[in-house]
Amino acid sequence: MNTADTATASPVGQLADPAVSTRPGFSTRVVRSLDGGVGKLAVWLLAALWTIPTLGLFISSIRPQQEIRTNGWWNWITDPSQTTFDNYRRVLDTRQNGRPLSHYFFNTIQIAIPGALIPIIIGAFAAYAFSWMHFKGRDTMFLFVLALLVVPLQMCLIPLLRFFTGPFYPDALQGIPMVWFAHSIFGMPICIFLLRNFIGSLPGEVIEAARVDGAGHLTIFTRLVLPLSVPALASLSIFQFLWVWNDLLVAKVFAGRQTNHPMTSAMLNMVGDRGQDWHLLTAGGFVMMIVPLIVFLSLQRYFVRGLLAGSVKG
Amino acid sequence: MATLQLQNLQKRYDNGYLAIPGLDLEVADSEFLVLVGPSGCGKSTVLRMIAGLEDISDGDMLIDGVRVNEKGPQERDIAMVFQSYALYPNMTVADNIAFAMKLRKIDKAEIKRKVAETAELLELTPVLDRKPGQLSGGQRQRVAMGRAIVREPKLFLMDEPLSNLDAKLRVQTRAEISKLQRRLGVTTVYVTHDQVEAMTMGDRVCVLRLGQLMQVASPAELYGSPENLFVAQFIGSPSMNVVLGKVAAAQNGTITIDVAAHTLTLADAAAARLAGLADYVGRDIAVGIRPEALGGDGEGRLDVDVDLVEMLGSELLVHATIAAPAVRMTDTGVEVGTGSSTAIASLDPRESARAGERLTLAVDLNRLHAFDVESGEAIGR
Repeated sequence: MNTADTATASPVGQLADPAVSTRPGFSTRVVRSLDGGVGKLAVWLLAALWTIPTLGLFISSIRPQQEIRTNGWWNWITDPSQTTFDNYRRVLDTRQNGRPLSHYFFNTIQIAIPGALIPIIIGAFAAYAFSWMHFKGRDTMFLFVLALLVVPLQMCLIPLLRFFTGPFYPDALQGIPMVWFAHSIFGMPICIFLLRNFIGSLPGEVIEAARVDGAGHLTIFTRLVLPLSVPALASLSIFQFLWVWNDLLVAKVFAGRQTNHPMTSAMLNMVGDRGQDWHLLTAGGFVMMIVPLIVFLSLQRYFVRGLLAGSVKG
Repeated sequence: MATLQLQNLQKRYDNGYLAIPGLDLEVADSEFLVLVGPSGCGKSTVLRMIAGLEDISDGDMLIDGVRVNEKGPQERDIAMVFQSYALYPNMTVADNIAFAMKLRKIDKAEIKRKVAETAELLELTPVLDRKPGQLSGGQRQRVAMGRAIVREPKLFLMDEPLSNLDAKLRVQTRAEISKLQRRLGVTTVYVTHDQVEAMTMGDRVCVLRLGQLMQVASPAELYGSPENLFVAQFIGSPSMNVVLGKVAAAQNGTITIDVAAHTLTLADAAAARLAGLADYVGRDIAVGIRPEALGGDGEGRLDVDVDLVEMLGSELLVHATIAAPAVRMTDTGVEVGTGSSTAIASLDPRESARAGERLTLAVDLNRLHAFDVESGEAIGR
C-alpha cells in the first residue's frame, strides 16, 4: 500500500474533511497536551519527586551522626558547612567477624553473578526446548513451570534446606553454592516464562532454514537463538541481578557461617542489635547501590528494547 | 542432482484433517517442477514434507531411490528458499551464505572461494559484509538464493520466493531463477499460486486442488489439453470461458453442439478430437473456449452483447454477455449457473468494439474444449 492510500484511508484524512467536525475528542486533546509543555512538566515533576528520597538518603550520609538524629536532612541545604565523610569512613572501616566490609562486598558479587547467570542460562535452554523442540508432554511440562510462578519463596525455604543438608547433596557444595542453587531454583520459572515468550516469537522460518542448512538444535540455539535473544537476556539479567544483589533472606538461610554472608547481612549487623547505628545505613546503602547502578546504566539500552521486543512484530 | 519420487504421500494433521489424501509424483533429474494451485490446496505442505519440516503421515518419499521418510531435513541434502527468505538476521551476507558449509566443516579457503563465486554470480559482492536488515528486498531474495545454490544440493525447494517482490523485479527475478536452474541443472521443486510463474518457469507443472493432483504436464499441454475443468479454468489469464451447451447430434463424423441460440458444427479434425462427444448426444456438456479462440478466425458463430472493452495494446479484451449459463469448478464440485454469463474474447487490437453493441464472434472449433458437467473431466482432448 502506498502512503497516499494510507492517508486517505486513515481517520486523520477524514478529520480534514470540512463536512466532518474538526474538533478532536477529549482523550485526543489530553494525549496531545501530554506531548507538549504540560506533559514535559509533569514528567520532570514526577522524576524530581521520585528522586527526593534518594537525594535525602545521600545528604544524610554526608552529615554528622548528631545532626542526622536531631533534625531533617533538608537542613543541610541551608547549612552545608557540616559536610563529613565520617559515615563512609566508619562503614568501610568496620570489621565484622574479623572481616572488613570489602569481604562482604565480594561475597555479594560472588553470589550475585552466578545467581543471576545460572537461571538465565538454564532458562534459555528450557525456553528453546519449550518453543522449538517437539516432544511428548511439552505443553503439560510448561504448565507445571508456569504453576511454579505462584509458589511463595518462603514456603520452600525449609524443604530446600532439608535437601541441602540431606544425603543427596554433596558436601563440597556447601556454603555459597547453596545460595546460587537456591536463587537459580527461585528465579528459573520466571526466566523460562519470559524467555519462552521471546524465543517462541522468533520467526519460525529462520529456525527451519537453519535445520535445512544442516544445523542441529544445539547449533541453532547457540548460533541463532542466543544472539537474537540478547535484548531479552539483557533485561532479564538486570532483573535477576538486582533481585539477587538486594536479597537478604535467601542468603541468610542458605549461606551457612557468617563469613559467607553478603553485604545486606553485613548492613543489618552494622545497624546494631537495637538499631542504634542506623545513621551508618545511609552510607552503607550508597556503597551497595554503586554496582547495580553501573549494571543498569550499562545494560539500559537493552532494557527498554527487551521489554518491547516480542510485543511488536519485526 | 537427483530424482524425487512421491508414492501415495499422505498428510493428516493431529486434529484429523487430511490435507494430502495421497499424492503420486515423480520428478526427473535436473527437472524444474512447479507445484501450483489456489491457496489452501496443500502445495506448501507437500514442499515442507519434501524438506522434512513436516512429518509424512503415510506413503513413501524417495530421493535418488532411497527412502527418506524418517530422515531429518539436515540429512536430506536439500536447500530451500523460503517465502520470507528467512535470512539469519545476526549474520552478514557472507556468513549467511557460508553457514551451511561451515556446519559441514568444509575447509575455510574453500568456503571463502565458494562464497566469493556465488556472490559474483548473484551480484552480491559489494554487500557481502552487510547484515540482511540493510539490504533491499531484491538483494535479500538473492542472498536466499545464494545460500541455497552455494551448497550444490541434490534438490532445490522454493516456496513462493518471488511473492514479496514488486511486479517488475518479480518478472526479472523469475527469468534469473530459470536461467540459474538450467545452468546448475539441480532438480527443483517450486511452489507458487501464480499461474503465470508456473507456466513460464516449469519444465512441467503440477496442478493441485484440495490436496489432490489435477494434472502434471508441460505448460503447453496444460494450456492446450487440460484434463479437467479445474485445470482449464485455473491455467490461462484471462481464464477459459466455459458455458453450458448440449450435444444435439453426432453422425457421419460430424458433431453438432447447441450453445445459446447457436449451433456449432464440428467436422473433420475438430470432430475427431472430440469424438467422445458421441456418447453425450442429447445431454448437457460444458463447452470451453479460450479468449483467443473467440473473435478470431473460425467456423463457429456466437452472438454476444459487449459490456466492456479493454485495450491492452497487443490485444483488445472484450467482456461480453453470452446467453448461456456459466459452468465452473468450486470446492464442492461442478457448479452450473443460471441465465446468461460473461465471456472474455481476445481480439486483434485493430478491430473495434464498443460497450453496448451486439457482436457476432467467430469460434475456432479446432480449439474447442468439452467437459462432463457431472465430473468436470475433459471429453476427448
